Amino acid sequence: MSIRLENVTRLYGNKPAVDGISFEVKTGEIVGFLGPNGAGKTTTMKMITGYLAPNSGSVSINGIQVWDNPQKVKLMTGYLPENNPLYLDMFVTDYLEYVAALQQVPKDKTGARVREMVAVCGIDREKHKKIGELSKGYRQRVGLAQALIHDPGILVLDEPTTGLDPNQIIEIRNLIKEAGLEKTVILSTHILSEVEALSDRILIIHEGKIVADGTPDELKRASSEGIAVRVKLESESSPSAVAKTLSGIGGVTGVEVIDEKGLYIVSGGDRGLNREIFSLAVKNNWVLLEMSTQETRLEDIFKELTKN
Amino acid sequence: MKTILEIARRETILFFDSLIAYVLLAVFLGFSGFFTWLYGSDVFFSGQASLKSFFTSAYWILFLFIPALTMRAISEERKTGTLELLLTKPVTDWQVVVGKYLSVMALVAVALALTLPYYFTVWVLGSIDHGATLMGYFGLLLMSSALAGIGIFMSSLTNNQIVAFISSLMVGIFFILVFDVVAQQMFGVAGVIINYISMTGHFDSISRGVLDTRDLVYFFSITFLGLYLAGTSLSKRNIID
Repeated sequence: MSIRLENVTRLYGNKPAVDGISFEVKTGEIVGFLGPNGAGKTTTMKMITGYLAPNSGSVSINGIQVWDNPQKVKLMTGYLPENNPLYLDMFVTDYLEYVAALQQVPKDKTGARVREMVAVCGIDREKHKKIGELSKGYRQRVGLAQALIHDPGILVLDEPTTGLDPNQIIEIRNLIKEAGLEKTVILSTHILSEVEALSDRILIIHEGKIVADGTPDELKRASSEGIAVRVKLESESSPSAVAKTLSGIGGVTGVEVIDEKGLYIVSGGDRGLNREIFSLAVKNNWVLLEMSTQETRLEDIFKELTKN
Repeated sequence: MKTILEIARRETILFFDSLIAYVLLAVFLGFSGFFTWLYGSDVFFSGQASLKSFFTSAYWILFLFIPALTMRAISEERKTGTLELLLTKPVTDWQVVVGKYLSVMALVAVALALTLPYYFTVWVLGSIDHGATLMGYFGLLLMSSALAGIGIFMSSLTNNQIVAFISSLMVGIFFILVFDVVAQQMFGVAGVIINYISMTGHFDSISRGVLDTRDLVYFFSITFLGLYLAGTSLSKRNIID
C-alpha cells in the first residue's frame, strides 16, 4: 500500500496551511513527518485520512483517489489523530467492538480481532475499565488498538507519543515498530530522536512546504554544517597559537577555541580530519587527551531548515 | 444501513450508561403524570375518558426534553475531537447524523411507551376513543421527530452543548408558539403560510384523530431539512470555493 500526494494545497481562509506538497510513501516504509508546530503536518494527515479535502492537487492511496472513493480508502487506513480523542464513557472492549463494526470487520471475526488487539497493545488488564479511567499511556494504547483493529495496510499516526512519560514513550514506540513491520506508516512528531529511532525516511515540512526528504544519513550528508572534531590537548604554547597551527591543515574551514584545552575543528567534506590532527599533535609534542568526531545532529538540520 | 444502526445503537447505549436517559425519563414521566392525573384540567376534571390532558402536557414537556437529548449529539463530538475519528472511519456525514437522530427517537419511543399504562387506565375508566388516542401518540412521535431534526442541526453548529440547547429551544418555540400567535394576527396569504409553518395546528389535527397527508408532509419535511442541514454543516469543512 502506498500513499501519494501530488501538488496538494489546502487553504484556511486565504492562508495556505499546506502549499503544493508532493511526496510518496512506498509500501512498507515508515516515514517520519517532522516540522515545527503549525507547519502543516496535521492538515496533511487529515487529507490522507479523508477528513479534509485538498483545495487542489491529488491524494491517492494505492492508486485510488481519496476524494473519489473515501469509503474504500478509509477501510485501508488506520488513524490515530492528534491528542487521541476517545469516547471516555465507553468500556475498552465495547469501544473496540464498535470501531470494528464501523470498519466492517465481519461479525464472527470481531471477537478474535478485539482479543488480538488487546493482547498486542498490552491492555489486557485494563480491558474491562472505562476509557476515562485509564492513564494517558493506556489511552494511547487504546488509540493504537482502534487504529489497527481492521488490520489496515496504512497507518497514520499524528504525534503518537506527545504527553507520555519516557517509559511509555518507549513502549508506544516499540508497539509502532512492531505494527509497522508489515504496514506503510506515516507518523508526525517534533521529537527528533523519535524519528531517528523509528523511521526509514524523514520528511521535513516548514510553512506548508516540504523542505527535506531522505533517510537520516542522507540528510546529514546533505547538510552544509560540515563535520566537526572536538579535541582536548595539553601544549606549551597558548590555545590561540595551537588553533593557528591547526587551521594550517588542508580542508579545515574553521577552528574554534572552547577553553584552555578544548578546541573545535570544523572541516567541510564528508569525513573528519582526525588522522591529520593526530600527526600534527605528535609533531608538535602536544598531549592529546581526547578526540571525538561530532556528528551533525538532526536537531541542527532541523533548525537550519525551519528557521525563518 | 448497518453503519447507521451501529451508530444509533452506540448512542442509545450511551444515553442509558450515562444516566441521561434515566434522569430525562423520570422528569418526563413525573411531569406528564402530574399534569395528566393530579393537577389542572386533568383526566378527572374533564370528566371524559380521554388522554387529551396527557397529550397537551407531553407536547410541552417534549419541547424541553428533546433539546436536552440532542444538545450533545454532535457538539460534544466536535469538542472532544471524536468527530474527526468517527468521520475517518468508513462512515459518511449523513450516516452519523441519521444514526444520532434514530437514537433520540428510540429514547422518545421508550418514554412514550412507558406512558401506555395511562392509556390502559383510562380505557378501564370509560369508553376511550382508541383511534384518537393512538393518533395522539403518533402525533407526539412526529412532533418529536421534527424537534429532533432541529436539535441535531443546532448541535452540529457549535461545540458548546449549552449553546446547542438554548438555540434549539429558541427555534423550537417559534414553531410551537410564536408562529401560531403571529398567524392569528395576520390575514391573507402571509397568515396562511405562517399558520402552515406553525406546528400547533398540525399537531392538533393529528391528535384529534385526523390523519392528513399535509400534516405528515409537514413533519417529515422539517425532520429531513434539519438532518440535511446538520449533514451539510458537517461537510462544510470541505466546501471549497
